[in-house]
Amino acid sequence: MSPSRAVDYCQEAMDLEGEKLEKKHGWLMGSLETEDQCLVQDDQSLDKFEIPSLPDEETSGKDMFRTQDSKLGSCEGLLASFMNGCWYAVVGLTVCWKIFNFQEKVGINLKWKQDQEQPQSLQQVQKQQLQPQGSRSGKWRKKLLILFLVMGVAGSFWLFWFMNKNTVLWRKETLDNMCDERARMLQDQFNVSMNHVHALAILVSTFHHGKNPSAIDQKTFAEYTERTAFERPLTSGVAYALKVLHSEREHFEKEHGWVIKKMGTEDQSMVRDYTPEELDPSPVKEEYAPVIFCQETVSHIVSIDMMSGKEDHENILRARATGKGVLTSPFKLLKSNHLGVVLTYAIYNTELPQDATSQQRIDATEGYLGASYDFPLLVEKLLHQLASKQTIVVNVFDTTNQSAPISMYGPIVTDTDLLHISNLDFGDPLRKHEMHCRFKQKSPPPWTAIMSSIGVLVITLLLAHIFHAAINRIAKVEDDFRWMMELKVRAEAADVAKSQFLATVSHEIRTPMNGVLGMLQMLMDTDLDANQLDYAETAHASGKDLISLINQVLDQAKIESGSLELEAVQFDPRVVLDNVLSLFSGKSHDKGIELAVYISDRVPEMVIGDAVRFRQIITNLVGNSVKFTEEGHIFVSVHVGDEVMNTQGTDDDNLNKRRGLVKNGLGPPYNTLSGFPVVDRRKSWEKFKLASSGSVVYDHEQIRLLMTVEDTGVGIPRDAQSRIFMPFMQADSSTSRTYGGTGIGLSISKCLVRMMDGEIGFVSEPGIGTTFSFTVAFTKGQTSSFDTKRYQIESAISEFQGLRGLVVDAISVRAEVARYHLCRLGISVDTANNLKSAWSHIQNCCATSATTRLDMVLIDHDGWDGETTLALPQLLKELRQSEKDIVSKKWPKIFLLATSRSNGLDKFKSAGLVDDVIMKPLRLSMLVTCFQQALTGGTKKQQDRRKPSFLQDLLRGRHILVVDDNVVNRRVAAGALKKYGAKVTCVESGKDSLAMLRPPHDFDACFMDLQMPEMDGFEATRQIRCMESELNNQIELGEVSDTSSSNVKHWHVPILAMTADVVQARHEKCIQCGMDGYVSKPFEEDQLYRAVMQFFES
Amino acid sequence: MALDLLKQQRDGLIFSMYNEVFAAVDLCVLFHFVALGLLDQQFDQLLALQDADSPGFIEEVIKLFCQESERTLGELSKHLSQPVVDYTKIDAYVHQLKGSSASVGAQLVKLACMNFRQACEENDKEGCMLALNMINNEYYRIRSKFETMIQLEQRILAYSTKHQ
Repeated sequence: MSPSRAVDYCQEAMDLEGEKLEKKHGWLMGSLETEDQCLVQDDQSLDKFEIPSLPDEETSGKDMFRTQDSKLGSCEGLLASFMNGCWYAVVGLTVCWKIFNFQEKVGINLKWKQDQEQPQSLQQVQKQQLQPQGSRSGKWRKKLLILFLVMGVAGSFWLFWFMNKNTVLWRKETLDNMCDERARMLQDQFNVSMNHVHALAILVSTFHHGKNPSAIDQKTFAEYTERTAFERPLTSGVAYALKVLHSEREHFEKEHGWVIKKMGTEDQSMVRDYTPEELDPSPVKEEYAPVIFCQETVSHIVSIDMMSGKEDHENILRARATGKGVLTSPFKLLKSNHLGVVLTYAIYNTELPQDATSQQRIDATEGYLGASYDFPLLVEKLLHQLASKQTIVVNVFDTTNQSAPISMYGPIVTDTDLLHISNLDFGDPLRKHEMHCRFKQKSPPPWTAIMSSIGVLVITLLLAHIFHAAINRIAKVEDDFRWMMELKVRAEAADVAKSQFLATVSHEIRTPMNGVLGMLQMLMDTDLDANQLDYAETAHASGKDLISLINQVLDQAKIESGSLELEAVQFDPRVVLDNVLSLFSGKSHDKGIELAVYISDRVPEMVIGDAVRFRQIITNLVGNSVKFTEEGHIFVSVHVGDEVMNTQGTDDDNLNKRRGLVKNGLGPPYNTLSGFPVVDRRKSWEKFKLASSGSVVYDHEQIRLLMTVEDTGVGIPRDAQSRIFMPFMQADSSTSRTYGGTGIGLSISKCLVRMMDGEIGFVSEPGIGTTFSFTVAFTKGQTSSFDTKRYQIESAISEFQGLRGLVVDAISVRAEVARYHLCRLGISVDTANNLKSAWSHIQNCCATSATTRLDMVLIDHDGWDGETTLALPQLLKELRQSEKDIVSKKWPKIFLLATSRSNGLDKFKSAGLVDDVIMKPLRLSMLVTCFQQALTGGTKKQQDRRKPSFLQDLLRGRHILVVDDNVVNRRVAAGALKKYGAKVTCVESGKDSLAMLRPPHDFDACFMDLQMPEMDGFEATRQIRCMESELNNQIELGEVSDTSSSNVKHWHVPILAMTADVVQARHEKCIQCGMDGYVSKPFEEDQLYRAVMQFFES
Repeated sequence: MALDLLKQQRDGLIFSMYNEVFAAVDLCVLFHFVALGLLDQQFDQLLALQDADSPGFIEEVIKLFCQESERTLGELSKHLSQPVVDYTKIDAYVHQLKGSSASVGAQLVKLACMNFRQACEENDKEGCMLALNMINNEYYRIRSKFETMIQLEQRILAYSTKHQ
């Protein structure tokens, strides 16, 4: 095989390979492109994938080249590189499979995200889209798989065919090569031998015919030929026959002493042993060619007439005609009985020209030199010299007669597949010889091709199987994904439905429950006997519990559905806490628990936040504490986050310091509110973020409050502590049996606290108690805003401003709490921790001067040791006694602080030992009334009567415009306003109001309905404001000289919206439109008063 | 004496109106109205507004209310009977009715109006018809009471002027 052909093959193979790969690429890129259309644009990954793979192909191609160049004729290299190519293809496939799997994933992720982001309505659409898309991509994936499978199978068949072809080709090439080689060698050797024979002929011509007498005789010739036999290895012998004409026969026979004999031609094939003596003398012929000289090996043919042999005769004739060596057709050689040919050269007596005619040649002929070639021997010898003679079978044929070739050498032909025929040229143009070569064995099955194609097939099938599994998996995952999405949607819907259901049902239950409660209340007001009243009260209480539970469930549902929104209103945390405490005062009295609140001075008076929810949290916690506490105390304290945090690091608790202010050895064992041990409450807020500077920008406005609720209850079992904030989860299932309740309160509290940007935590010790702490973030409020309730209290505070009091309490913390409450009223307080010191203090004060006199003494009833408790009445009596002694001075009023209404507290009062008994918990309003009664002798009702008259004062004589399209509303509003002495004008539409309020006019205020046909309240107000500002401008410029407006410098009539709904947004819109405020419709006195007051107070 | 008797009669009537519980058949509606009287505190305020200066105030307001309501109800049934219902217009009417009933303190009418508005928002014609029916019922019930009351008022007024 020539190098160029090998390269061609290689090139072809590579081209095919490249084509295949290109095809695959095309497919892959196509697939990626389709991916792109519906999924993500991932150009980068595409590039990354493409760039390395293409050079790979090139280098593999080059490799193939090189391998082919170096290993010519070998298919191994090609096979190896082809396998390499296959592997590249496989790797490439796998890589792109990975990539598009990844993209799939990304796609799914994206889809999922989109789903998440999209609202539900869109989600439905998305879901519908998802379905066909998924199945579509699944389908084309299947198609691709089938395509891949078909291509793989086709590829493996092609590979088989290709490799098989190569093998066959290679075999043929080999055979051709070998055959040609053999033929050439045979030919060469033959030619060499022929040349030698020719040389011998010339020798004979020179020395036999050229010399006279002849230099050669039989002996010389035999010797010479024998000795030069090595030069003619192929000839079995040479002989020289002389041309003898019939006329010369006798002379010739005489000369040589023998007769010319004829060859036994008749039975040539049968006669084996050739003895010249037995041969007959040659018959008479025109001319004869008797052998005169011969080699020793063929000495038997001397004197035989060569012309008598048929083959030889022809040969001699042709030889002398052509002047060249001629060959006979193969025949059995004499004696040796081998097939052989005889080469004959004619010897001429004269030098003949090259273009001499045959007649000239015949005439010039002197004799003939013949050489017999033993052909089988010759070929045998030749083949022995060559390699791999075992693999091929060589046949040599004489094909001069095309139809009947004569086998000259080789076994009988066995029909094997391959045959190569080489022509042999032995220098005789008339004779044609051919060499036929065959392989000895039939070609073995092409194992490598079979194996590699089977390998490719198996790889393809395996890959297909993997891909199939992957596709199935993807389909399954997609199905699962869809299913999950559906489940998710369903679950969300169910969740929403649940929340809605809860909200609705709770609402629906609450409404009739209110009816039930109202009816029960009314029932209790009727004349009932004790039993019936008890039943009714129980029913009422249960109903109330149920309502509170429903409220809680409603809250939970609201929080879960995210519809709970926090308000931002200004409120006083102290008031809120007072209210909460008063809620539980009844229960605490019954149980005999001490209930107290302490609010740090640093807590601002007003904060902005959701008071209702704040109150709810505290109520929950205090309620829990009350529920689980049988004896001891519940102590609510409020601090600013910073305050506690600052002391935390130094471990110098400010609170404890305060607690320890007046402590001495005589007090109860623990310095707590009730003398019971409590848990270390600092632990409950250890993990809190206490600093109010959560966001730096609002540092000065935001404040973080820390509330703690400390009780001495049963505590929470340790194993239950981890789950108490879970809804409907109580510490113990027995808890609900013992104490009732649902356990939803804490969960709600936690949610609320989180909504208020706070944290909640607790520490609990079974048997000692529990302390809950939570923080909430509020905005600092302004104290200046008006609040009727506050006003009332403040007026009371002013009454007590500057008074002095003494708190006598063995427990310093409790004394501190009392002090805090008195301080709120503006009373400056001293504390004493036993009666003796108190006594001396009183006397000191009384004795010194009037400026430091005491106005009140508060003595705590509980918490003294046994001795003191018994001695208390006695001591008090003494105190009273001494009071009477010093009549000149004003004596302080004495109050007794008591936790529970028991053991004849009233006795103290009735006995005149104390001025009043104050029931704890201490609350501002309660203290105010109590002190007012005791100090000033009761001016209780004064405040209440003030307001209506005040409203009347405000509205009397004012001219008010009422704008409402509803005649009934108009009439009622007018009636109400008239009642307060206002002069009322009514109009029924926005347009009319414009006419009325076009300045100048004499209205002092306008009440405007919002929802009116044609022109609503907002629009009317806007237009009125417009007119006013125009006129105001004119007045400023001095353009208006109207007398009526001369006394008015600036027109701005107060417009108040009348609205039925109390939505905050509505109110904001009112203000935006230029309204000055709003009143609810129908009028509420209190609100009306507040709204109107802003304008008419002056 | 007769005046006192009349006044007693009137107060009794008003009290009964406060406490007359809506006897609804519909369970849903029952949930809403079961504990509600015909009148709410607003009527109290109206009563408080009537004094010697404006003796006929209540009467006037009630008459206005009745006129308005009947007109509105007429409009409502007219609009609802049309093939294509203009819900915004209906809503405006109901809003009016709700406002006036709120002013008078006829809370059952008011609540029925609220139901109507809800149905209106949902463009639920069936619901609208149902709610209108309810408003009608409520309105006529309270009107009969009001009529009795006005008669009593008038007699009281007549008596008091005669005796002066």
